[in-house]
Amino acid sequence: MARAHTPARKAAISAVAWTVALLIFFPILWTVLTSFKTEGQAVSTPPVFVFFDWTWENYATVQERSNYARHAMNSVVISVGSTLLALLIAVPAAWSMAFSPTKHTKNILMWMLSTKMMPAVGVLVPIYLLFRDWGLLDTLGGLVAVMALINLPIVVWMLYTYFKEIPGEILEAARMDGAGLSAEIIHVLAPMAVPGIASTMLLNVILAWNEAFWTLNLTAAKAAPLTAFIASYSSPEGLFWAKLSAASTMAILPILVLGWFSQKQLVRGLTFGAVK
Amino acid sequence: MGAIALQGVKKSFGGVAVIPGVDLEIENGEFVVFVGPSGCGKSTLLRLIAGLEDASGGMIRINGKDATALPPARRGLAMVFQSYALYPHMSVYRNIAFPLKMAGVDKAEIDRKVRGAAATLNLTDYLDRRPGQLSGGQRQRVAIGRAIVREPAAFLFDEPLSNLDAALRVSMRLEISELHQKLGATMVYVTHDQVEAMTMADKIVVLNRGAIEQVGSPLELYRSPANLFVAAFIGSPKMNLIEGAAAAAHGANTIGVRPEHLTLSREAGDWKGVVTIAEHLGSDTFLHVEGEGVGAVTARVSGEFGAGPGDTVHMTPEAGRVYRFGADGKAMA
Repeated sequence: MARAHTPARKAAISAVAWTVALLIFFPILWTVLTSFKTEGQAVSTPPVFVFFDWTWENYATVQERSNYARHAMNSVVISVGSTLLALLIAVPAAWSMAFSPTKHTKNILMWMLSTKMMPAVGVLVPIYLLFRDWGLLDTLGGLVAVMALINLPIVVWMLYTYFKEIPGEILEAARMDGAGLSAEIIHVLAPMAVPGIASTMLLNVILAWNEAFWTLNLTAAKAAPLTAFIASYSSPEGLFWAKLSAASTMAILPILVLGWFSQKQLVRGLTFGAVK
Repeated sequence: MGAIALQGVKKSFGGVAVIPGVDLEIENGEFVVFVGPSGCGKSTLLRLIAGLEDASGGMIRINGKDATALPPARRGLAMVFQSYALYPHMSVYRNIAFPLKMAGVDKAEIDRKVRGAAATLNLTDYLDRRPGQLSGGQRQRVAIGRAIVREPAAFLFDEPLSNLDAALRVSMRLEISELHQKLGATMVYVTHDQVEAMTMADKIVVLNRGAIEQVGSPLELYRSPANLFVAAFIGSPKMNLIEGAAAAAHGANTIGVRPEHLTLSREAGDWKGVVTIAEHLGSDTFLHVEGEGVGAVTARVSGEFGAGPGDTVHMTPEAGRVYRFGADGKAMA
């Protein structure tokens, strides 16, 4: 029996949902607001919320001091490149695990996921040394590779749960209809899996865009993405909250817009396989 | 041409033999039905013929050629699945055209064949729709259309009507039988529904635990069941199986009498009993009777029979219609 929702109950649920959403959104809102304050207003006590002298000054200073476009381009190359590389490896992997599983498939999947539970700092030194010896420090190629690898378990898992939802009988029907492996993938599987691949790509781009640990530790100047650009405003000479906020806003804006327009796919990607 | 021969075909899953070894000949143009209870291996056997499962042993011949190791696409067979297995992202037209496209047939020929199949199956008005916009019966027709256009050596049906409602099942059953007559193609059909088996088959293969219990025409199986399993499986309502003194009187371990072969009387008969449930269908009356010395018995009387729960009736099996089975469960001569 469906649970009855009275108007009062609905209103209460809405109020709670709005409160939680605002709580989660507040740090971003505060960052955006701070980016329009002067440095003095940014640290004033009590804090000012909206009634302050709005200024674009911080954005102008940030733009003067650093090359936003280059950092943004590095972020795009790293997030999109690592996503494509991860998909290249994960699609066949997830495919074989979903459609020709062995008795060890589940164990392999769990093992892959367990690598995500390891603290990244635990492997920083060996990876740093490898990067140094192979000349990959501060290179886009090196970061693309490391981002692809650290997100690979999630990509494989997401694609695996997506592919598992495709009924095996449809693939068998394609086989009966004379489709070889490549025709089966191109004409039947890929079109059916496109939404899953798209939401996986989207999530991976966001994860790679926001990743800070590896980008900060393995880059210096040339390959530094937006995360390093933000961090550069947290300097030993003192904190410049307003400028830091302006830099942060500029860094998260592209991904915020992307996330806003792809909410549906993202939610579907994250909850896929949880419910039928 | 669509003759299929199975010689000692075996299938094991992880050490469990689901098909311990099957020999079977399917003639060209025959409508063969595999029937048996759930888990008897009938779908596995069909999938072995299709090539969707690899045989663990034995040989599968299609039109005299060894097809045991051939991939499904090269066996020249078409299959209709229980779930229809239509391509959800393609229109009805593209679904039916898909096997032809895979075979490299030119566009004009594809169009001619798809429209021909659609006309045969009353799908012409739905060619632009996606499977999701069709009813269960229409989807099943699309699946059949996809099979027809290939002009396969044989059609394989894996419980194709199980997902349809009762009324649609009856009409689709007739449509498939008509299609068989029209095409004259070999059809291998898997079902657990013995009514489907009896009404559609030229030859029924009764399976139990991966082994063939009996092969024969529907009436052969009905008239001369080889053993207790077939006797109990074929016929509706089920054959009454009676043990004890009543069986011993016929020199058997078990005797079987079909409900329609019991004559009922209010006055006198071989076995006396009390009606527990009476089912009045109008055309027939089914009486469930607790018989003295014979246990629970079902009797089928043509037309109406005025008896209700608690009434005493007398039942007499028709002469020559009592099946005798030995201690091993096999029919006695």
